[in-house]
Amino acid sequence: MTGNFPEETNGRPSLARRARPFEAAIRGLLFVSAAISVLTTIGIVLTLGTESWGFFREVGVLEFLGSLEWQPVIGDFGIWPLFNATLTTSFYAMLVALPVGLMVAIYLAEYASDRVRETLKPVLEVLAGIPTVVYGYFALATVTPFLRSLLGTELVGVYNTFSAGLVMGILILPLVSSMCEDALSAVPRSLREGAYAMGATKLEVATQVVVPAAFSGLAAAFILGLSRAVGETMIVALAAGAGPKFTLNPFEPAETMTGHIVRISGGDISYDSIDYRSLFAIALVLFLVTLALNILSRRIVAKHWEVYE
Amino acid sequence: MNAGKFRAATGARGDGSFLPNLGKRQAAGRRWAAAFAAATIAAVLVLGALVASIVNDAFGLVAMEYTVDPATLAPGGDIEKLSDAELVAALEGNLKSRRLRALGNEKPLAERERADLLALVEDEVIKWEVVETFSLAESLLGRAEVDAFVAAEHPQAKLVFRSWVNARYLSASQSATAIDAGVRSALIGTLMTILITVATAFPIGIAAAIWLEEYAKDDKWNRFIRVNIYNLAGVPSIIYGMLGLAIFVRALEPVTSGAAFGAAADPTGANGRTILSAGLTLALLVLPVIIINAQEAFRAVPRTLRESGYAVGATKWQVVWHHVLPAAFDRVLTGTIVAVSRAIGETAPLVVVGASTFLTQDPTSVFSKFTTLPIQIYQWTARPQEDFHNIAAAAILVLLVLMLSLNAFAIILRNRLRAKKRFA
Repeated sequence: MTGNFPEETNGRPSLARRARPFEAAIRGLLFVSAAISVLTTIGIVLTLGTESWGFFREVGVLEFLGSLEWQPVIGDFGIWPLFNATLTTSFYAMLVALPVGLMVAIYLAEYASDRVRETLKPVLEVLAGIPTVVYGYFALATVTPFLRSLLGTELVGVYNTFSAGLVMGILILPLVSSMCEDALSAVPRSLREGAYAMGATKLEVATQVVVPAAFSGLAAAFILGLSRAVGETMIVALAAGAGPKFTLNPFEPAETMTGHIVRISGGDISYDSIDYRSLFAIALVLFLVTLALNILSRRIVAKHWEVYE
Repeated sequence: MNAGKFRAATGARGDGSFLPNLGKRQAAGRRWAAAFAAATIAAVLVLGALVASIVNDAFGLVAMEYTVDPATLAPGGDIEKLSDAELVAALEGNLKSRRLRALGNEKPLAERERADLLALVEDEVIKWEVVETFSLAESLLGRAEVDAFVAAEHPQAKLVFRSWVNARYLSASQSATAIDAGVRSALIGTLMTILITVATAFPIGIAAAIWLEEYAKDDKWNRFIRVNIYNLAGVPSIIYGMLGLAIFVRALEPVTSGAAFGAAADPTGANGRTILSAGLTLALLVLPVIIINAQEAFRAVPRTLRESGYAVGATKWQVVWHHVLPAAFDRVLTGTIVAVSRAIGETAPLVVVGASTFLTQDPTSVFSKFTTLPIQIYQWTARPQEDFHNIAAAAILVLLVLMLSLNAFAIILRNRLRAKKRFA
């Protein structure tokens, strides 16, 4: 760029060609700041990688991914009980967040007046801003006792994956509904008008024109919601139960991957033990699963916006 | 949608008549419209239920038993009315001589402050003990049943209405009994941790956003940095805890424990599990969110503002520092405060980094052991006793008030800055 400027103007050296060490230093500083995020990623991959490597040299990937028992005391390190509990809680969370989130989004995007929308959206944002440990309290102190009185104390345990999943659904609901609403609002008006012109009712426009047109955006919202559910920790740590157990019964206690990490690392754990390393192996699985879901979601969103922009 | 499909879906005839199914279709429309609205109302009600359940547990009747009846010490049992001399007399009359001597060795009773004496009388003479707690709903709506229950089960007990959030709760430290426990060290821990988080994440986040929005060319490296930041924003917070444990607590222990500065080894033996480690871990956690928010803020600054700066001969940094940054600062600040209020509520990464489970001393420096409000909520909620749930609910109220006031502060600050600004 400097090449376009003259060497000197009116007999004085050109300002544009002056060396500016301060500007260069600032430039370097800014770049380093931006690069810190890359260092964070490298840090995550390296720490999870090296500690997991140590773990897999002792336990073996096959046992880790194949065994249905997680009992560190007797040397059983199969991730399935933990992974299964994560799947169970996430499943019930999505069972709540998916339909309700979509319905809220349809209501806000298609039905609600501007005034109603402007009032309701901040409420949902408040819901999204509440710390997850508060949801954990809500699950354990309110929802579980309620379920126990409703369905019977023999059926529903004090700790259970169902209630944790239910409350997790509430936690993800604002995320899902706001992303879905964005996707629905992005559908061009002309599509709706076309359908109305053919005599479609409002419901038919919403469910048969707008929702299919926004499908990829909705899918992205669900996937991101799922990723959030898989990584969510405090609700399951408080309400889902302590102790890994392979069970499909949602009313029994079972410990999720995140719950296990929190419980074990919260106690007295000695570094460089197999228990310590096993946490990093679980975290690695968690990291890979959520990363894959996030990337998938972003890919779909990018595609979606390409269509309508 | 083609016409055939539409006809099949709606039942319209080829002759253009929609009438045969119209009533049905409209009824379905009304039903579903009601369902959509109901779902939305349900979501709002859930928020109400959440708040209600916390308030319900943070206030209510408590049945307490005592070792010495306060009515024997003061008329009506109100020891607040006693004079200092009477308080000392109450202590001398009821405590064992060995305990009296121990107290006197610490500090003679006569020289002690009134608040200290009151606390001593409550803790050592009367010895309140919670035998049963009731929720706010039970206390207000079912007072008769509560009275009957207490009369039958704990005839000795005295029923008092208690706000679990109170002055003593805010100023007391952790304790083994719920009624004596407070959130002071947790509150101080939260504030100190967040201060470190803001002090590191804010400048770095802004600098990174300036780089990406103002300086970076759209090349491979910068695209990689961008994608990377988005992916980091989606990493579960507990993973950041693992990172903090491996990097700050273990690898950088000499720095985070303070040993490297000679300031050194906290007498409580925190090792790397310090406020500094916690604050830095949270800083890494909120950094992507701060960067993304700040980027949006810079993007909203009109291009003309930059061009006019260049037109009068400003260098790039002069344009950024004197024009872009002030113009975007209100948004940057709001975005940062939103991110920080998220960090205040984070629990999982701090458990992993090694929050103390039972801390009775206030943190003295950034190299002290730590606990924070969310950690206290977690630990108290995890206890089976009812009264610990009460103080957990009280801690939640304190946390929510803290977060709300931070957000309110953000809004006020933003409006102030906006009013000063000459352009949108």
